[in-house]
Amino acid sequence: MITAILPEIALTVAALLILMVDIWLKKKVIIGYLALVGIAATLVLVLQSLAVEGYSFSQMIVNDNFGFFFQVLFLVAAFITVLLSMHYFRDNTQILGEYYSLLLFAVLGMIFMVKATDLVMVFIGIETLSLSVYILSGCLREDRRSGEAALKYILLGAFSTAFLLFGIALIFGVTGTTNLNAVAAAIAGKNILLDPMLLLAMVMLLVGIGFKISLVPFHMWTPDVYEGAPTPVTAFMSVGVKAAALAVFLRVFLMALPLLNPTWRHLLVGISVLTMTVGNIIAISQDNIKRMLAYSSIAHAGYLLIGMIAGGETGISSMLYYLVVYTFMNLGAFAVVIAFGNKGEDNLAISDYAGLGSRFPALAFVMTLFMLSLAGIPPLSGFMGKFYIFSAAVKEGYIGLAVIGVINSLISVYYYLRVTVMMYMKKPEREIIVAPVQPGLLLTLVITAFLTLQIGLFPSFYLELARASLF
Amino acid sequence: MLTGYGAILFYFILVVAFAIFALGLSHFVGKRTSSREKLMPYECGVDPVGTARVKFSVKFYLIAMLFIVFDIESVFLYAFATVFKELGMLGLIEIGIFIAVLVVGLAYAWGKGALEWE
Repeated sequence: MITAILPEIALTVAALLILMVDIWLKKKVIIGYLALVGIAATLVLVLQSLAVEGYSFSQMIVNDNFGFFFQVLFLVAAFITVLLSMHYFRDNTQILGEYYSLLLFAVLGMIFMVKATDLVMVFIGIETLSLSVYILSGCLREDRRSGEAALKYILLGAFSTAFLLFGIALIFGVTGTTNLNAVAAAIAGKNILLDPMLLLAMVMLLVGIGFKISLVPFHMWTPDVYEGAPTPVTAFMSVGVKAAALAVFLRVFLMALPLLNPTWRHLLVGISVLTMTVGNIIAISQDNIKRMLAYSSIAHAGYLLIGMIAGGETGISSMLYYLVVYTFMNLGAFAVVIAFGNKGEDNLAISDYAGLGSRFPALAFVMTLFMLSLAGIPPLSGFMGKFYIFSAAVKEGYIGLAVIGVINSLISVYYYLRVTVMMYMKKPEREIIVAPVQPGLLLTLVITAFLTLQIGLFPSFYLELARASLF
Repeated sequence: MLTGYGAILFYFILVVAFAIFALGLSHFVGKRTSSREKLMPYECGVDPVGTARVKFSVKFYLIAMLFIVFDIESVFLYAFATVFKELGMLGLIEIGIFIAVLVVGLAYAWGKGALEWE
């Protein structure tokens, strides 16, 4: 029984250990390595947890391939985030104990989210994740924008949590259970498909989870929070939190509400189109690179939804594939922002990137790689990801949606290429100081750049992985 | 449908009646003296009427948060105590882990100086 949650236990122990070490230790840099070891140990336990497939803890959690896929994705993203943080917080080591333990607790929440097969467990996972990330986004105590980001995030987050909880309560009211499988069975058995209470519950769940994925029109917090939060936290939020919320979205809607599929599919078509279009069009007018990447991450949530709308094996597996692609290219882009950020939050205007091409050719090259991949230019992985998603949509008859997706992808080329044009074709307006890149950050840049190329050139392994991870 | 709640309704009426009886009795029978302190809402403590913009030390919040953690711990322990025998040794170990996690939190707060007022 206890073997089913060994990864979670390892993560909790690591996080608590970090807190203890933080008090006794004067040399805070070691804490980062401790976090890396904790994440690596958890990853090993996750790889072993496949042996205990099936439900446990009164059907509260499940060990299956779907959860396995996401757990590996989360832990890799967290590992890279720690590497980024080591560079970012190299002079600001006082908060590292809290920072890394909160990061591990956030990952703990994410793991519980993907493993949960009960709405109450889903809620606990989301709250564990959210509370940690609220604090993480405000951890730069001296920086007013960081405080503003945390306050906005917690107020709006609490609001969305209320929606989620109300949705769960209504589901319980209609079906008499919170277990995902039992909810599906109750809906099938009771013939309550058109019960307004059930529809309301579905919409409330959609709002609550959609907030975390930052779907339009629940995206308002995203640019402000992404801009104000420390850049490694922003990177973590844009890939980790989004992926975890998407996993919950898939799990709840496909497992508990499959019979409502036609209804929520119609809603999602509208939301997807809105999310892509609003994200891409507002991204064009951004001058701050973090805000631009925030809107770009909103747009990418829209692309990802197309996979869910298309549904079936091809749809969902292309969505999972794109999620892997997106994780690495987006983390890579933020890694460059961190490398270029000197002491944390400097040089964030896109115009600051002028002349980067001649002064730091390697950095400019990888940034170009990530920008082109985010825009979806072949042969990079971003292209393959979009290709599979759009072709899944066409195959399922959503040709209009695929066309809108392609048009949006074209719009996005403008603002991604703007950064590249800045770097190679513009003269710098002022002297920009960039701190030397530390080994952890260098490693991140190499890994993410390599994977951005490799996943696109040799997609079959990752596609097979995604196909094997459906439930 | 509502018949099951009749007892609760009766209890409501009983409560209100008793309150009226007790207050009325002390009103008619009791002896009254009035002084300035006697007429204030609280004989000791902070005057409840006044400006809401009073500055509190932020440390109050810190202490309050720590208090809540251990408040919830004790509430949870009550629930645990009622099924102590049924849970047996495993329950004792589990509650030990629960308390150990909270102790780590307390040790951290202590080590960071959250319990010092200065």
